[in-house]
Amino acid sequence: MTETQLVAGSRSQPGPGRPSRLSAGTPGQATGETPTGESEATATSPSGRLAQLGPDPSMVQILTPQGLWHDHPDYPIELSPDQLRDALEKMVMARRLDLEGTNLQRHGELALWPPLRGQEATQAGAYLAVGHLDQIFPTYREQGLVHWMGVSLPEILATWRASAICPWDTVATRCSAYPVMIGSSALHGVGYAMGIQRDGMTGHVETSGDLDTSQDAAVMLFHGDGSMSQGDVNEAYVFAAANNAPIVFCCINNQYAISEPTSLIARAPLFSRAAGFGIRSVQVDGNDIVAMAAVMREAMRRARAGEGPTFVEAFTYRMGAHTTTDDPTRYRTRAEEEHWAALDPISRLQSYLLDAGEIDRGWLAALDQRAEAFGAEVRAAIGQIPEPDLVAELGNVYVDPTPEILAQQQELTEWLAADSDLPEASASTDGETRR
Amino acid sequence: MSILTLAKALNSGLHDSLADDPKVVLMGEDIGTLGGVFRITDGLKSEFGADRVVDTPLAESGIVGTAIGLAMRGYRPCVEIQFDGFHAPAFDQIVSQLARYRSRVGGAWSLPVTVRIPFGGGIGSPEHHSESPEAFYTGVPGLKVVACASPDDAYWMLRQAIASPDPVIFFEPKRRYYARGPVSEVASLEMGRAKVIRPGSDATVLAYGPMVQTCVEAADAAAEEGTSLEVIDLRSLAPLDMATIEASVRRTTRCVVVHEAPKSGALGAEIAARLAEDLYYVMEAPVLRVAGWDIPYPPSRAEANHLPDVDRVLDAVDRSLAF
Repeated sequence: MTETQLVAGSRSQPGPGRPSRLSAGTPGQATGETPTGESEATATSPSGRLAQLGPDPSMVQILTPQGLWHDHPDYPIELSPDQLRDALEKMVMARRLDLEGTNLQRHGELALWPPLRGQEATQAGAYLAVGHLDQIFPTYREQGLVHWMGVSLPEILATWRASAICPWDTVATRCSAYPVMIGSSALHGVGYAMGIQRDGMTGHVETSGDLDTSQDAAVMLFHGDGSMSQGDVNEAYVFAAANNAPIVFCCINNQYAISEPTSLIARAPLFSRAAGFGIRSVQVDGNDIVAMAAVMREAMRRARAGEGPTFVEAFTYRMGAHTTTDDPTRYRTRAEEEHWAALDPISRLQSYLLDAGEIDRGWLAALDQRAEAFGAEVRAAIGQIPEPDLVAELGNVYVDPTPEILAQQQELTEWLAADSDLPEASASTDGETRR
Repeated sequence: MSILTLAKALNSGLHDSLADDPKVVLMGEDIGTLGGVFRITDGLKSEFGADRVVDTPLAESGIVGTAIGLAMRGYRPCVEIQFDGFHAPAFDQIVSQLARYRSRVGGAWSLPVTVRIPFGGGIGSPEHHSESPEAFYTGVPGLKVVACASPDDAYWMLRQAIASPDPVIFFEPKRRYYARGPVSEVASLEMGRAKVIRPGSDATVLAYGPMVQTCVEAADAAAEEGTSLEVIDLRSLAPLDMATIEASVRRTTRCVVVHEAPKSGALGAEIAARLAEDLYYVMEAPVLRVAGWDIPYPPSRAEANHLPDVDRVLDAVDRSLAF
C-alpha cells in the first residue's frame, strides 16, 4: 500500500477525523468532497498518528451516491426490480427498527441500544449473499440482518432489555449469538467453518454459487474495524488461512470504535492487512447495496466452492452513536456527518429505482405506511418479552447440573417463596422474620 | 485389566474416544506429526488422519476458540494446551466463551469441549512449565474441572470428560506421566466423584493430581508412627464431591488439604469453607492447608522447597492432631 492511498492532510485533503475522497473510490467519479475551511493539517499528528484513511481507489462501487449504476467488471450481478424494491424496503425497515430501538431506550424500555443507521446497505447487501445452508456470526449491530434471518423482534429487543442474552434459536435462524467481547466470535466462525469442511460441505462447484440449491455451506462472519486490533481476530485470520476455511470475514468499517477512528489502529487500508495472512481481500462501498451484494456473493461462492476465506472491508459510516450511552459530538464533526449523509445508502438506491421507473412516489408513500406499521410492531414487541427467571437460569449452566447448582436452585426457590409470602409491612431486615 | 503408564493410558483414552465417536477431534500444538511434546497423542494422527488429529498454529486462544466453533457445528473437540503456563492465552476463550455458552443461549445447547492441561511442577522445567492454575477455573460456573492421578483415572476420566455434554478442564499430573498402574475394563466411578484410595481413621488428607502419590507416601510414613491417615483423591475439583469428603471427615474429625498451587485463594480455601459451613460441630481441628508458597513458580532448582512433600504433609497432620 502506498502513501497515495492514505489521506494525507492538506487543504484539499481534510485532516484527521475527516474522511475525504469519500466517493472517489471509483475512478472518474465526483469526489463529493467539501472543503473544511480548517487550518492545514499535517500527515501525522504529534503522536505520530496518521490521518483517517479514506476509501481505497480499488473500492468496489456499482451504484454511485447519485444513484447511477455502473457494472463492475469483476463483480457482475443481476438483481431483479423485485429484489431491489425488497432491498430498499429492508433498509427502510432496518432504519425504522433503529429509530424505535433508540426511542425505546429513551423511554426506559431498553437498557441500551446500538444504533445501526448508516449501515443498512451492509446488512441488506450481505443478506442477498446468504445461501440456504450458510451460518451467520453477526455483531450486535446487525439487527436488521438477523431479523430477516428469522430472529423475532421480541428476541432482538430482549437482549437490549437485559431480559436474555441470546434468546433466539441459533440453529434454526442460522444466526449465532452476538459477541459482546469485541472480536470474540471470529474464532468461533472459523471453527464452525472447519466443521463445514469436515462435513464434506465445500467444493461442489457446480452449485456452490446458487443460494437456494447449493450443497455447500460457508460462514458469514461480521466484525468491525475496532475488533481488528484484537488478538483473537488476528488468530482467526491465521486459522482461517491455515485451514483454507469456508468463511467470509465481513469487516464493517464504520470509521469508529466508539470514539477511536481507524487512524488510531491502521496506517494502511484495513483490507490490505488480510493479504499478509494470505487471505484474498477486497474493499467495497458499504453504502452501496448492489456492490455489497455483488462482492459478498462472490466471496461466499468462493468459500462454498472450497476456494478459501475472503476478507471484505465494507467501507461505511455509523451515522448514529455507538450506543445510546455514547455522545459522538465529542469526537467527530458536523461537517463529517454531513459529508456522509450525502452518501446515504437508502437515498442512493431510492434514487436509482425512481430514475429507473421501478418505483414512484405512490410506492414510497405506501412504504412509509408499512414502516409506520412496522414501528408499531417493534414497540408492541416489548410487551412480548418474558422476564428472566433466575431459578431457570441456574438450570441453564450445565447439561448435567452440579450438586451446588441443584442446592442453590432449591435455596433460591425457597428464598423467593418466603419473600413473596411476606406482608409488605413486615419485610424488615430482621433475619428471623424474613426466613 | 492392563498395566499402563499414565501417559499411555491417556493415549489409549484418546484413541478409544476417536474410535468410538466420529465427531471427536483432537487439536493442539505439535500433537499430530510429533505426537505431542509428551507423546500423549503418539500415533493418533497416522491412524485417524490430519482432520481429526489437528496440528494447530501456536495460538492457545485460537485453539480453544476454533474448538468452540467446531462444537457449535456438532463436533466434540478435545484440545491440548501444551504446558500449564500456556493456559493463560486461552483463558479468555475458556471463561468468557466456553463456560458461558449454554447460559448465553438459554440452555438450548452446550459445548462439549475438553481442554487437557498437563500441570504441576517437579520436573525441573523453565518458567511457565510448572504451573497449577486449577483454581482459576474451579470458580467459573459452566466448567467442570477434574484432575487424574492414576492410569485408571487417566483413561476413564478422559473418556468421561470427552463424552461429557458440558465443557471440562482436564488436568494431567505431568510428573506422574510415567507412573504405572492398572487400567480396568470398565469405569469404576463417575467423573464427579472423589475416591478414598487409602482408608484411615485419625485424619483425612485430601489431594489431587501429582499430590496424591505424595500423600500416599505420607500415609505410609505416618502408619509407621502409628497414625492412620485416610487419603482421598478428589478427582473432581469442580464440583467437589462433598458427600465423600464429609463422610470421611465425620469419621476422622480432622482434615488436611494438599496442593501444589500457591496457598492463598486456592482450592484448599474453598474446601475449608465448605467443611466449616457443614461440619463445624464435628471437627476437632481447623482444616489445614499444605500448599505451594505464594510466589510465581520459582526457579525449578528451588522447587523441592516449594512443592509440598511428605514431611510438610506429616507436619500438618501433627498440627491437626495436636488441636
